Amino acid sequence: MASALSTMDRAAPIRSGPRSFLRRLADGDQIAHLITLVFAASILLITTMLVYQLWIGSTDARHKFGWHFFFTTTWDPVAGDFGALPFIYGTLVTSALALLIAVPLGLGAAIFLAELAPRSISDGLAFLIDLLAAVPSVIYGLLGIFIVVPMMRLYIAPFLKATLGFLPLFQGPCYGVGMLTAGIVLAVMVVPFIVSVSREVLLSVPADQREAAMGLGATRWEATWKVVVPFARTGIFGSVFLALARALGETMAVTMVIGNDPKIAASLFAPGYSIAAVIANEFSEATGNLYVHSLVELGLVLFLLTFILNGVARLLIVATEQKGMSQA
Amino acid sequence: MSFRTAWRKSVNIVMLSLTGACALVTVSVLIFILGYLAWNGASAVNWDFFTKLPKPVGDTGGGMANAIVGSAKLLLIASLIGMPIGIMAAVYLAEFGGKTFSFIVRYTTDLLNGVPSIVIGIFAYAVVVIPMKHFSTLAGGFALGIMMIPIAVRSTEEFLRAVPRNLREGAMALGASKWKTIATVIVPAALQGILTGLLLDVARVAGETAPLLFTAFSNRFWSPGWNQPIASLPVMIFTYAISPYDDWHRQAWAAGLVLLGLVLVINIVSRFVMARRAAFLRG
Repeated sequence: MASALSTMDRAAPIRSGPRSFLRRLADGDQIAHLITLVFAASILLITTMLVYQLWIGSTDARHKFGWHFFFTTTWDPVAGDFGALPFIYGTLVTSALALLIAVPLGLGAAIFLAELAPRSISDGLAFLIDLLAAVPSVIYGLLGIFIVVPMMRLYIAPFLKATLGFLPLFQGPCYGVGMLTAGIVLAVMVVPFIVSVSREVLLSVPADQREAAMGLGATRWEATWKVVVPFARTGIFGSVFLALARALGETMAVTMVIGNDPKIAASLFAPGYSIAAVIANEFSEATGNLYVHSLVELGLVLFLLTFILNGVARLLIVATEQKGMSQA
Repeated sequence: MSFRTAWRKSVNIVMLSLTGACALVTVSVLIFILGYLAWNGASAVNWDFFTKLPKPVGDTGGGMANAIVGSAKLLLIASLIGMPIGIMAAVYLAEFGGKTFSFIVRYTTDLLNGVPSIVIGIFAYAVVVIPMKHFSTLAGGFALGIMMIPIAVRSTEEFLRAVPRNLREGAMALGASKWKTIATVIVPAALQGILTGLLLDVARVAGETAPLLFTAFSNRFWSPGWNQPIASLPVMIFTYAISPYDDWHRQAWAAGLVLLGLVLVINIVSRFVMARRAAFLRG
């Protein structure tokens, strides 16, 4: 008791002086800390709510169809029978086609920009390519409808039929809209991502790697292809995953050129459908719980796919950049 | 020169030229897109486009005045939702955050950034459209606002962190408290960069179509207030482009040109501002 009193006695005169002022300020800090913390936490809340809404919004479909949802091909709103396979197939095939075109093109461009072009030209071209990434997807769709679709019907499809027509992939009628058209449009959309991330990753490869290879007598190309690119391999994979995540979730451009027909056909010329496209087309007109819940479950699938891919991509890119730093 | 050396040298030249060709193709795609859009759009953009309402099907002419105003209203709501959350969360991450919680917030922000826009649309439908029982400007703005958050957080945090340390220390040494330092020294020092980042963010969501399809929906007339379906430029481009009417196609090109022009101008201007700023900070 006595000791408590004595501490209070000692503390009292100081408190009434400048310290109480400082304390109030410190409290201001706490308030600011708390307010910003609430806003930061709201991002967690929003994301959690998003996942929660997708989960409860798809209850009926998950209960009724279970895992069959992913393996059946019927999509019949009238009979209330829903299977997601044609959409999953369409999403995967168009994304794969997009990567098949965009990866060589993007990697080639990135190598040119990082290894060959002088820095000022490289920065200028990279800036232009970054602008491509800023073009809204509905504009890619617009150009897809009026440029790629007619080109497909008049030139690309006849050419492929004449040269590779013995493959089932390139047989059957071509209406212009279809899987291959969607793949081409998607490729143009994801190339900027591959170029800009791969270029950054290649630029982060330490110069002594190149110098050592060329010092051993390698040509410029050999140094690039056998030393620099393998060094940056993980980061380049990261850029590809990033592009894939973007291609899987892309909605408008695909909706406008894929043909919107839930069938699985061998031919790449055939119209198809993708997960994002079916949600875009049917969600606002869907009637009945089961129909809406099936569409939300498709949204859940899309969310999970992109979630996993983005996570992997980020890890790969960070890993390469740290490798470059630790050896630089 | 041995055969092998000659072979290696020619492979070198061929492959290096191929990479150059790849870069050329990629860049010329951009030039082609711009050129084609300008060519088709320029002949379709006229005064009516900016001042008139859409005409009924069959009548030619008319414009998209309601969609232009609609896009502006949607972006206003989106900014009111996305910017405060983004800026405050960024201040937390840059100035107050501890290790684990900051990591979780950053990771979640990146996750949110990767969520396909159509899924954000489903979310906005579930939490705004269903309780209100109809499509509305608010729901569309909400969807776009959620999409703005991740970029707002990341760019603001980056610019706050770029403020030189000695400014911060100077303010603290003069006796300013932490929040006072943030409010009167750090944020003003980073303001130009923060605003540029936010502007880029607006440009990014300005072209979003998918999340609006079943939140803001569309409207062929003016949409007074905030509670009714509203037209927007991207949704109009979509509807007009897939329609069978030539006159609507013409208008879709016009809208495409206006939208792309807006997005690219904002992008180019902000890159220049940022580049100048980076040079300034480097000294």
